[in-house]
Amino acid sequence: MSFSATNFAQPRPVPVEVRSNEKPLSSDSFRFRGPPSFLGSPHSLRFNPIPPFKLAIPHSQRSNASAVTHIANGKMVKSSANLLITKEEGLELYEDMILGRYFEDMCAQMYYRGKMFGFVHLYNGQEAVSTGFIKLLKKEDTVVSTYRDHVHALSKGVSARAVMSELFGKATGCCRGQGGSMHMFSKEHNVIGGFAFIGEGIPVATGAAFPSKYRREVLKEAGADQVTLAFFGDGTCNNGQFYECLNMAALWKLPIIFVVENNLWAIGMSHLRATSDPEIWKKGPAFGMPGVHVDGMDVLKVREVAKEVIERARRGDGPTLVECETYRFRGHSLADPDELRDPAEKARYAARDPISALKKYLFENKLASEQELKSIDKKIDEVLDDAVEYSDESPLPRRSQLLENVFADPKGFGIGPDGKYRCEDPKFTQGTAHV
Amino acid sequence: MATLFQGVGAVTPFSASTSLHSNKLHLPPRKSLSLSESRGAIFVHRSDARLNLKPATPKQDLLIPNAIATKGDTSTPTKSGHELLLFEALREGLEEEMERDPRVCVMGEDVGHYGGSYKVTKGLAEKYGDLRVLDTPIAENSFTGMGIGAAMTGLRPIVEGMNMGFLLLAFNQISNNCGMLHYTSGGQFTIPIVIRGPGGVGRQLGAEHSQRLESYFQSIPGIQMVACSTPYNAKGLMKAAIRSENPVILFEHVLLYNLKERIPDEEYVLSLEEAEMVRPGEHVTILTYSRMRYHVMQAAKTLVNKGYDPEVIDIRSLKPFDLYTIGRSVKKTHRVLIVEECMRTGGIGASLTAAITENFHDYLDAPIVCLSSQDVPTPYAGTLEEWTVVQPAQIVTAVEQLCQ
Repeated sequence: MSFSATNFAQPRPVPVEVRSNEKPLSSDSFRFRGPPSFLGSPHSLRFNPIPPFKLAIPHSQRSNASAVTHIANGKMVKSSANLLITKEEGLELYEDMILGRYFEDMCAQMYYRGKMFGFVHLYNGQEAVSTGFIKLLKKEDTVVSTYRDHVHALSKGVSARAVMSELFGKATGCCRGQGGSMHMFSKEHNVIGGFAFIGEGIPVATGAAFPSKYRREVLKEAGADQVTLAFFGDGTCNNGQFYECLNMAALWKLPIIFVVENNLWAIGMSHLRATSDPEIWKKGPAFGMPGVHVDGMDVLKVREVAKEVIERARRGDGPTLVECETYRFRGHSLADPDELRDPAEKARYAARDPISALKKYLFENKLASEQELKSIDKKIDEVLDDAVEYSDESPLPRRSQLLENVFADPKGFGIGPDGKYRCEDPKFTQGTAHV
Repeated sequence: MATLFQGVGAVTPFSASTSLHSNKLHLPPRKSLSLSESRGAIFVHRSDARLNLKPATPKQDLLIPNAIATKGDTSTPTKSGHELLLFEALREGLEEEMERDPRVCVMGEDVGHYGGSYKVTKGLAEKYGDLRVLDTPIAENSFTGMGIGAAMTGLRPIVEGMNMGFLLLAFNQISNNCGMLHYTSGGQFTIPIVIRGPGGVGRQLGAEHSQRLESYFQSIPGIQMVACSTPYNAKGLMKAAIRSENPVILFEHVLLYNLKERIPDEEYVLSLEEAEMVRPGEHVTILTYSRMRYHVMQAAKTLVNKGYDPEVIDIRSLKPFDLYTIGRSVKKTHRVLIVEECMRTGGIGASLTAAITENFHDYLDAPIVCLSSQDVPTPYAGTLEEWTVVQPAQIVTAVEQLCQ
């Protein structure tokens, strides 16, 4: 089926001097391989059943991926005889997505009120991916993210208070105020960043997956089956580090899942304008791992895929590349005027809001009542009000904190002219030492 | 014969009558060693303190012109030690640490089956397995990042750059992640990684294989840098780097791998932050590190014959500088010459000049002279390459001028 690329593939010329001589891409210039549902449901496909996800498996692994193939062979998600989730699970998913959504909305409010600064990247619209994947993890599993990391941290279990006060730059933040929006870390919940440069977290994620295998095979700890999830976007998929890590992860069968949150835009660069072959999921088999494409606006579909690929990794069968088609409702960051994206595209995705979709599913399948969901909304409102209040009242970091975490072993500051280690200087702990 | 060591215990007065042939020289130990002592990090070693000044040839079988021995605990008997080459010393240190802690692992190109391009990891893969001594694909940025991620989640990896210059590809990971993540995570994650490899100007290896990355990495907050120069300090620094909770970059030199020295049989670990007194003197302080130490010692012979008495210090710790050892020396001699292989612009020497000027300006009788390599991509031609780095004759001239 041919499809018209005019709906959203071509960037509208923005009435700004800089872009005036940019030729709009013609509809002739794009002919995609594969079904166009990949790029979001255009009108023509709205009433056709879309398979829950698409799967590409490298030849060498056709037999291993049987469980995943089974689901890929057209089983529809919405089968009334066979619900995908229980009531508790449904409410858990709903609460997590509402937490993510309300938190990000509160961030925007706080930012415009001057409580947080710098670059803040919000996750509105992408909650299904975070909730769908992270709610299936154990506490010992690791999540590695990018600068759009608030909701990943929240889904993994970091408290709203800790994240909010980190954003406010207070000493009670999860990183003592030293990291900020783009560096959410939690040792307790195994959240390793938060990275400001795209792609630089992927090798770290690969490294976080490495000890599972090391523990099993070198240290002989039989139960070491921790899994690592690396989240990143479509722009990152053109970066060398991504490919280098796909290679290493598949080579050593590391228990890692590469989750691509393809929201089609890297600030103002459309994925289609930046990528020779835009179907990222198909790049998995080139490196020897399955590639899966899933509708990232539907938390249940994401969760189904996530179950399979996490189990696969835990078993020791190796990594998977999962591409989630999703969309961010807000701009790239709070500083982005977001003028480049077509309002029709935004409207189309707003109609596929993952929270509304889950709500609909819960009501239709009588898993929850309006009342129950409203009470969850209220609960989250209170959690957030509390988080803001806590953050407002938290102290700012003191001067003495400045140098405390530069080195794990502060002898690294060296030996001063008086023969003592610098860190023994009393002024050092006050933060006024000149090192 | 052994190089120097820090003593423990009471302060002994420094003996001023040092001549090259004295065989018992005292170095006043520092009181601040309490910190390192309590960590059990430094072991006293008494050596036979023979001075040996064979001509320094920068090739095989270079006997180390010597250092001093300290008067340590007299009840400890000296063992005879064993002789080995520098790369073997590195391997010994590495192997001892791998034996001691099963979380210590190695990652790099050709470190496993090939045994390392300079044989530092030879035999380790056979002994410890392919996962513990991991042969990586050629992806410096990613495997360095992988090492960092593994360090954050419980292992203690040593990442080898086949040549230090290749680590330029890993700059993103070294600067942003290695240096910063302990801080940006609010101290939650430590990164006990060691990044090591050979660098420096070799024998006509060409510009890209002759780089000195210490100048590029020195500004990165959160990392420590050390440079080894003898088998004794190579092993000691390797062990210290592996045991350190901080990320450490260990700079080795391509031309020093075949140095031979007798090192102690008993276990020892050196301090990452301390400098090494190579030759005490009175007239001028010469600060150097890595290969230039040997050019300096060669020049020192000539200088001694001409009547000068240079004090030579191998700074060893490139970041942070050991301002105590350096400062004590400056206060004694009042003249400083820095000899390094780094480039003129923005090199270690430049930083060291600034640090000394800031801290010890009042003690200087003359401006600090810094001899560095020319700001030139190291040429292939032998003659041009020779003129790029500092040669002993230039060192002699510089000292003569400085001491006028």
